[in-house]
Amino acid sequence: MTTIFAILIDGAIYASWLFLVAAGLTIIYGVMRVLNMAHGSFYAIGAYSAASLVSWYFSGNQGNAYWSLLMLPACALVAGAIIGIAIEQGLLRFLQGRDEILMVIVTYALLLILEDATKLIWGVNPYFAYQPYRLLGRTSIGEGLRFANYDLALIAVAILIGLVAWFILNRTNKGRLLRAVIHDREIAIAMGVNVNAMFAATFTIGAVLGALAGALTAPAISVTPGIGVEVIVLAFAVVVVGGLGSIGGAAVGAILVGLSRSFAVHIAPEIELFVIYGVMFLVLAIRPQGLFGQALARRI
Amino acid sequence: MSLRNYFSSPTEPALLLAAAVFVAGAWVMPAWLAFLLTLALAKALVVLGVVIQMRAGLVSFGQALFYCIGGYGVGLASQYLGVGDAFALLALGTVAALLMALACGWLLTRYREIFYAMLTLALSMILYGVLVKSSALGSTDGFNVSPPSFLGWVPEGDARKRTLYLLTVFVAAAVAMGFHRFMVSSLGRVTEAVRENEIRVEYLGLSPQRMLFANYVLAAGVSGLGGGLTALASGHIDPDMAIWTTSGEFVFIAILGGTGHVVAPFIGAIVFSVLRTFAIQEAPNTWQMTLGITLLALILFLPKGLWSLVDRNKPEVSA
Repeated sequence: MTTIFAILIDGAIYASWLFLVAAGLTIIYGVMRVLNMAHGSFYAIGAYSAASLVSWYFSGNQGNAYWSLLMLPACALVAGAIIGIAIEQGLLRFLQGRDEILMVIVTYALLLILEDATKLIWGVNPYFAYQPYRLLGRTSIGEGLRFANYDLALIAVAILIGLVAWFILNRTNKGRLLRAVIHDREIAIAMGVNVNAMFAATFTIGAVLGALAGALTAPAISVTPGIGVEVIVLAFAVVVVGGLGSIGGAAVGAILVGLSRSFAVHIAPEIELFVIYGVMFLVLAIRPQGLFGQALARRI
Repeated sequence: MSLRNYFSSPTEPALLLAAAVFVAGAWVMPAWLAFLLTLALAKALVVLGVVIQMRAGLVSFGQALFYCIGGYGVGLASQYLGVGDAFALLALGTVAALLMALACGWLLTRYREIFYAMLTLALSMILYGVLVKSSALGSTDGFNVSPPSFLGWVPEGDARKRTLYLLTVFVAAAVAMGFHRFMVSSLGRVTEAVRENEIRVEYLGLSPQRMLFANYVLAAGVSGLGGGLTALASGHIDPDMAIWTTSGEFVFIAILGGTGHVVAPFIGAIVFSVLRTFAIQEAPNTWQMTLGITLLALILFLPKGLWSLVDRNKPEVSA
């Protein structure tokens, strides 16, 4: 019984983390048809900037420790917006409408560049920003199960972001326009939607979400080179399972992958990595477009 | 390329000449260069697998799967089956890769574009996940491959390295000849037609999926062979052979060389390996950045790769 409970809560924590990582990726793909490999680098940049700011704040040892919790999203907003706008305006807007697979390779090139750029800026030594994680303490649930409140708060943040995204897409004018672009780009252009502005905004929001995932994860891990590369394939697995371009799909994909992984970790730890990609492979074998993706008609 | 061009094609004599130069070089060039070329040629075989899939319009972000299977096939056969002969080991590694491709090909060839890329990536990451967790095979450290014998002959030291180099040159030349024949055969040509318009190929009464399957299996075989040669030459294998960034490197080399000719991946791999050797000495921290910038520049300014610099006299319209 305790094990089942532990599996569920661990799964929920991991699922919310996965959702945070995958949300930006799926939004960018849905609107721009760019499967952004550099998303992992946005994550890494968010994590690095948050970790360095938080550890600088605590090394001065002044002020209220709770401010550090606000610094995490603030860092993500600034770092993500800068990098997002720079990449969209500097490169991607010249490559609009190219093959999807070519864009995978272009963003792979961006990933390579940003990987070394983070190494040049932050060096290769690990950064730690554990203070916000310790700050919130721990909760005992049931017998012998203790969870960090920070991790539990992550679940709330993921749900909040999911709801906000749902609200923007379904209940605001801008969101409806965005859905029009997702549904059919050409018709949207014909109806006078400023697609270029939509793309720039979407890519920036996606980059901020990626950086936010990194910034919120930074207190729970040691921030080292290579975290972005690890994360990106996980995020791929999640969005592909859910169906590329669908926020709801990303949520379901995150829950599915999160629960499967936590099940594996508790029952058979040696198949942990295997399970994540196994789920992805299984879903794609049965439903090639993902659980919530739309099947495309073949064009002649 | 017209039929007339095929019969008067300079490719095969040129390949033989290049192979002869490489063989003669074995007694002239310094040992480090021979070793570098051995690994580069082995890598080129894997890239050739990526290239023939690209000709069909499919980008594999998981070719490292077969590279790794080939390498581990050689390593495991040498360690646990007691096979010592280089030729037998390479054959076993290649067969292992082919069997894997026969098992997965029917599923993968139903997918196109990014789904193909993602699924191939997922498969190679599954193998990576399994290898990392299998402590019997050395987990993340991998294990060493003992030096092979060549038809009963066991060379030592420099002689062994030279023999491996020569073996790689022969294998690479033979494979390049075979793949050249394949690429200009009707099956090879139809592959390009599949990329241009799959449905019209179906209208002609051919099965694109079968073409793609044939390409996929061939690509797997040649990549397994490349992995096996790498394992023999470097004497070590580890799970990083299967990680997706390794596949990314193969895609990079494929784009660097171009997909226009069977020689292109070999040029790409050799240029890549030489550049990396110097870049890692001079500026180890900006190597990936250099790669990324080069890749962007290639996509923007030289979309057909280095091969288009060689092959200037045949402007083609389609991309």
